[in-house]
Amino acid sequence: MSLELKNVEKKIGLDTHIYPTNLKLEKNTINILLGSTLSGKTTLMQIMAGLDKPTNGEIWFNEKNVTGMKVQKRNVSMVYQQFINYPNFTVYENIASPLKITGVGSDEIKQRVGKVAELLKLSAMLNKKPNELSGGQQQRTALARALVKDSDLILLDEPLANLDFKLREELREELPKLFEDRDCIVVYATTEPSEALLLGGNTATLLEGKVIQYGKTLDVYNKPNSLVSAQVFSDPPMNITKIKKSGESCSFLDNSVNWKTKINIKDGEYKVGIRPHNITTYKEGNNSLEIKGKVLISELSGSESLIHFTRGNLNWVSLSNGVFQKDVGDEMNLYMNADEFIYFDENERLVING
Amino acid sequence: MNKTINQKAWFFVIPVFVLVAFNAIIPLMTVVNYAFQETFGNNVFMWEGTRWFKQIMLSERFHASLGRQFLFTFIILFIQIPLGIAIALTMPKEGIGVPICLVLMSMPLLIPWNVVGAMWNIFALPDIGFLGHSLNALGFDYNFTQQIGDAWFTTILMDVWHWTSLVVLLSYAGLQSIQPAYYQAAEIDGASRWAVFTKIELPKMKKVLTIAILLRFMDSFMIYTEPFVLTGGGPGNATAFLSIDLVKMALGQFDLGPAAAMSLIYFFIVLLVCWVFYTLMMRNEGNQ
Repeated sequence: MSLELKNVEKKIGLDTHIYPTNLKLEKNTINILLGSTLSGKTTLMQIMAGLDKPTNGEIWFNEKNVTGMKVQKRNVSMVYQQFINYPNFTVYENIASPLKITGVGSDEIKQRVGKVAELLKLSAMLNKKPNELSGGQQQRTALARALVKDSDLILLDEPLANLDFKLREELREELPKLFEDRDCIVVYATTEPSEALLLGGNTATLLEGKVIQYGKTLDVYNKPNSLVSAQVFSDPPMNITKIKKSGESCSFLDNSVNWKTKINIKDGEYKVGIRPHNITTYKEGNNSLEIKGKVLISELSGSESLIHFTRGNLNWVSLSNGVFQKDVGDEMNLYMNADEFIYFDENERLVING
Repeated sequence: MNKTINQKAWFFVIPVFVLVAFNAIIPLMTVVNYAFQETFGNNVFMWEGTRWFKQIMLSERFHASLGRQFLFTFIILFIQIPLGIAIALTMPKEGIGVPICLVLMSMPLLIPWNVVGAMWNIFALPDIGFLGHSLNALGFDYNFTQQIGDAWFTTILMDVWHWTSLVVLLSYAGLQSIQPAYYQAAEIDGASRWAVFTKIELPKMKKVLTIAILLRFMDSFMIYTEPFVLTGGGPGNATAFLSIDLVKMALGQFDLGPAAAMSLIYFFIVLLVCWVFYTLMMRNEGNQ
């Protein structure tokens, strides 16, 4: 089983929503579409589902061309950011609705709904209506409706975005388990890099209707093929600075930071990406590099400290474990490790990381 | 917490009291005053107790006009609500068609009521009116000033023309607020158009439809100007709805006492029906 997009393109009027895209999604995988709002995640999903037709290109499912085939005939299910359930149906009827339409026997419906409801912890509220439930339970119901059907393709369009923090964490942890033993392709759209890392599987980074990179999630994270892909897969945003290399010695263009390197790339200027969590307020290891910065904003997120600082006319972000309170305007030292730098050439393509 | 006691706040409430007193309580109390007394003019009043109420409640004339009123209201609700929903469903959801449809739809609502009555009167005249003349030319024996059925037909048609737009606009607003994801989810399920209507659109429109039915009930139950200009309650008393009958009694016959009693009964019927309807709808809402 596989889903293949061949040169799929979507234009509405003069606007291109999706640039020609090739993607092959394999059976039993979770595939994450990672990108900011308006990057084309939803459009791409609707094309995959058959809710929308591509302007050009073809969609192949199981080695069969399904371009233009109606969504009802494709055995897909979808979960949305909004909690979409039939308002007048009980939770039970909601979950059973996709089965009823396809004419499954009532005993089997009962058994399958029961099983899915248990999986999603809905057993106690089967007789309630959606608006008697919390947001998390409503979304669980929508998920149950998607799972009960044994679809070949399950599409989840930012399913956790409208939930509050705690419910999101809770459901996020359960999600990978839900798809574990299923014979299907899962596509999951999200704006959050951390969600992609947590779900694993494969990730496609998207920007303005273009798929920048597709591969195993960790590979995409560790070896971004371009600066753009690295930026999409970094939250808070990645720090970027220019460096020059000659022989074994490297330095920032302003000579403020110098280090020795053994990486084997030709001499010249490069752009270096440094993830915020690789810049810390404390030394890690012996070969830490020290940089000086002036604090712009310092904020706490849980037990992590996010410090925005300036160097010259560039804004930097650092993310350190532990709680640090800095005053605006403070001069401070921060530390990073040259092994964690990601090098890009003048065309912003990946050269080497570390 | 210690609250400072300061009665000066009452001064801020006084304007509201004064306003409500002048536009609601005092006129209403005058009517109540009339309803319990007999007057022969010259400001001479005699106490009559509940005599007028008994008289009105037992009078065949009141029963007849109340019956006509309910019949009329139910007919126009029965036509306007489904028709309004149907039109709202066929209206475009985006693009240049939206403002065009909305403006066209709101036009009848902008026309003053007596103008609507006059317009339809001329429009329906059997000899020179476009509608009346055409119907007669087509072989129908149509004369709304003479025949009861024709008078009802014309009055109902006029009200449908004038007020269906309100239902359309409310239903349209309700439909527009349904997120596209609902339709997509139904499409993925393979739900039929009818199922989408009954399982998604109707439940989602429930609140605006409640408002639409309430407004149309109240308005049509108190209808006066349009049928007064169109038929004047005629032929005979065939289209004399409650308010037309009331005005005839109060100003035509100058029976102030019975007319006041009738208007109070009238008022309580409207209040009661609205209250029952609203509570029923809202109780269902609470159960969900």
